[in-house]
Amino acid sequence: MKIVAICGVGVGTSAILKVNAERALARLGLEADVTASDAANVQVAAEDAQVILSSPELVSRIGKTFADIVVIENYFDVDEIAEKLQKAIG
Amino acid sequence: MLPPLPQNAITIGAQADDWRGAVRLAGDALARSGAATPAFAEEMIRVIEEFGPYVVIAPGLALAHARPGPETLADGLSVVTLATPVSFGHAHNDPVSVVLGLSATNSDGHIAGVAGLANVFNDAGAISRLAAATSADEVLAIMKQGERES
Repeated sequence: MKIVAICGVGVGTSAILKVNAERALARLGLEADVTASDAANVQVAAEDAQVILSSPELVSRIGKTFADIVVIENYFDVDEIAEKLQKAIG
Repeated sequence: MLPPLPQNAITIGAQADDWRGAVRLAGDALARSGAATPAFAEEMIRVIEEFGPYVVIAPGLALAHARPGPETLADGLSVVTLATPVSFGHAHNDPVSVVLGLSATNSDGHIAGVAGLANVFNDAGAISRLAAATSADEVLAIMKQGERES
């Protein structure tokens, strides 16, 4: 399974989201490949992804996708990320 | 590991009129420590103008950043705490009382450093402890949590 974490410039916040998504997956006992991408390249990065992790502000930049878009409010809250990931893929 | 956070990149109890002022303070702190040129502050502001306040990644906390470029001189972090919190216009996480500035010379280094940030802020109390800190040493002690293994 592939998960893409996005942010505006693809460095910094998307990397934090990636790290905490990996922690959430470990807690859930799920295996997935998590990558970070900037908003401009999300179409390519998420072509074969099941889930796109995004902040509320960036959802409108994602465009058409077959992936589930999961909106995260607190990037450091592994509980929130785990709960939402489980709902999307569990 | 955290990106380098020297003492002179920490500003305590600062006054900012608005979110731009707050981001500028984080940029000034990075320029002071030599991690970025003074122009980097405007780059970080431009990212928010373009993409919105998504940099407010947790309640009360903004991670100002921009792409690696001529303004980024070294990997580094700055910490600014605000005497009066400011609004960034975020749907859930306003108002912001702690602004981090992040300078990275390449995107790979960026990713290694932010795991350390995750270690600090996975502790939900870290933001309010930073906001209440009265000295740079206190900030460093809180941020040191990021040095431990995860």
